[in-house]
Amino acid sequence: MALAWRASSKIWRQSPAGGRTYSIDRCFCCFCFGRDSQNVKEALRPLLLAGIIHSIPTHAVKTLPMLDREEHRFLRQKAFEIRKSILEMVYKARSGHVGGSLGSADLVVALYYYLMRHNPSEPEWPDRDRFILSKGHCTPVIYAVLADCGYFPREDLNHFRRPGSHLQGHPYEPGTPGIDASTGALGLGISTGVGMALAAKLQSRSHYVYILCGDGEIQEGQVWEAALFGNKYHLDNVIAFVDRNYLQTDGNSEQVMPLDPLASKWEAFGWRTYEIDGHNFDQIVSTVEQAKQLKGKPTMIIARTIKGKGVSFMENEVSWHGTPPNQEQFERAMKELTLAD
Amino acid sequence: MQTKRTRQGYADGLMELARENQRVVVLDCDVSKATQTCDFQRLFPQRFFNCGVQEANMMWVAAGLALEGFIPFATTFGVFASCRAGDQVRNSIAYPKVNVKIAATHCGISTGGDGASHQANEDIAIMRSFPNMTILVPGDYEEAKLATKAAAAFNGPVYLRLGRDAYPVIAEIHHGFEIGKAKLLREGRDITLITTGIMVSEGLKAAEMLKEKNYSARVIHMPTLKPLDSEAVLQAARETRRVVTAEEHSIIGGLGEAVAGLLSETIPTPVRRVGVKDVFGESGMASELLDKYGLRAINIYQEALRLLKES
Ligand SMILES: Cc1ncc(C[n+]2csc(CCOP(=O)(O)OP(=O)(O)O)c2C)c(N)n1
Ligand SMILES: [Mg+2]
Repeated sequence: MALAWRASSKIWRQSPAGGRTYSIDRCFCCFCFGRDSQNVKEALRPLLLAGIIHSIPTHAVKTLPMLDREEHRFLRQKAFEIRKSILEMVYKARSGHVGGSLGSADLVVALYYYLMRHNPSEPEWPDRDRFILSKGHCTPVIYAVLADCGYFPREDLNHFRRPGSHLQGHPYEPGTPGIDASTGALGLGISTGVGMALAAKLQSRSHYVYILCGDGEIQEGQVWEAALFGNKYHLDNVIAFVDRNYLQTDGNSEQVMPLDPLASKWEAFGWRTYEIDGHNFDQIVSTVEQAKQLKGKPTMIIARTIKGKGVSFMENEVSWHGTPPNQEQFERAMKELTLAD
Repeated sequence: MQTKRTRQGYADGLMELARENQRVVVLDCDVSKATQTCDFQRLFPQRFFNCGVQEANMMWVAAGLALEGFIPFATTFGVFASCRAGDQVRNSIAYPKVNVKIAATHCGISTGGDGASHQANEDIAIMRSFPNMTILVPGDYEEAKLATKAAAAFNGPVYLRLGRDAYPVIAEIHHGFEIGKAKLLREGRDITLITTGIMVSEGLKAAEMLKEKNYSARVIHMPTLKPLDSEAVLQAARETRRVVTAEEHSIIGGLGEAVAGLLSETIPTPVRRVGVKDVFGESGMASELLDKYGLRAINIYQEALRLLKES
């Protein structure tokens, strides 16, 4: 059963989506995007033979709980608000990472407003689900969400990256209510996550540990050490995401340091692996719900995303990794988001 | 006052070097636009290797290249070069004296907005403790260029410490760069100010402030932290009897401790250390952080005055 926390009603409630499922035999990987998977496979075969792609995905998502229209609208609305908040924060600070924050906004929104069990009035609640922003440079997205949920005053966002502020450039766990782990140096979050998940097992707690990694980030060797560990201890309470935007600081990830075929790597390391569209709430929610049903293995969800999503001139543009917008760009971006909303 | 980036000096130095020396190659860890090695990549794409986000791997790859005769410049942010890849630097480079040049940018608190996770205030301490390691901390753009060339000409492991922000250009340090040699910038009798890296301009300012109080302050710039120019330090202690050190680094394990350690065993002399006081940094603009963490001429001046009044 999914528990969702709603900012509008400020109460805990049980989502009606938990019980309702519909059956579908489709693959939602980055190639198929929900099209009939058999046809897609046939279409992909020549590409495979020519060596252009390395694998044909076989991740038919069978049973999907579905978001109703109201829930859908609610999440979409939240994602718009969060994106605007991200832009404001980085613009005001004249510093910060806007591309990866916009790109992962839908994932973080789905987690905090639908999937995760958490209580903003009790940030240290022992049974809350944990969230680790392993790609720690994307603080704008998590700060925007935490402020909106009520973990700290929204006013604090005006002091992002300022001396004396608890909203540091990278997450600092002792400083910010709602931040579960300090990150910033890449490649460490999965280790922290499997550690927390192991602790939950030792204490017979039933919460989940969610981790969000960047694709460039998982080039770090320690990520794969943590992958081995998660497999060894059957940490099925770990649900990790790779924000697969194919971009990192220096350019396209497949040129900087190739990662594909990525899904088969995680599979080989013993993780239950899915490939989804990271901007599709139905896919995000249904995949996580399904991952929770599976026992004995940690889960890796490779979420195909667009870096800079939501602002046309930032989308898929590597130069927006860590550059703040100037006034003209900021206003144009806010206008685009307002119109689309 | 004109300001320029030391990291750009490194990149420009590299490009000049590469024209003369075929053995020079450059590695980076997905931060080439920040370290400025992207300029090198544009000119010498065949001699540039992007490792992706994997600093530890880069160090051993660089060691492998060096063992086969290349002169690799392994480049990343200081915090990752020293902490993330500390074991790799120790065991693959320092211990076997492999000819790798580690270029570390974004060192010190002036890294700014990224905050404590990215501000290397302990890298010198770590590198100094590794035997065989030579440590260069240039004071401005031009000196960074000279240091880069000197590092390539030197046979053995070198740690080249660079910053992110733009710092004042100091014409007096633009000639005669020699590894292991300090630079006497001002003569003085009452006290010696020893600076390293970007603190050189603050040291010069502090000397001016002391002059207004009728104190004559010697200023020594130390672009090499290891091996330390002990002759320059000993002479200063003998002749001025008081020393203040200034570094954009923790007061633990850096220039201050090196000087104090040397003097306490030879010519016991009061030493005051200006630096980051054993705390982590935070987000902010470089200039506000330098103010807040006491890394300015005024801080050097105050320490000097206190020392002059006490002894
Ligand atoms: C250990 C480490 N090395 C380098 C960096 C500098 N850095 C910050 S973000 C980034 C690129 C990350 O790319 P990716 O993980 O794909 O993130 P996203 O595209 O989601 O922004 C790098 C290299 C860092 N923070 N930590
Ligand atoms: Mg990426």
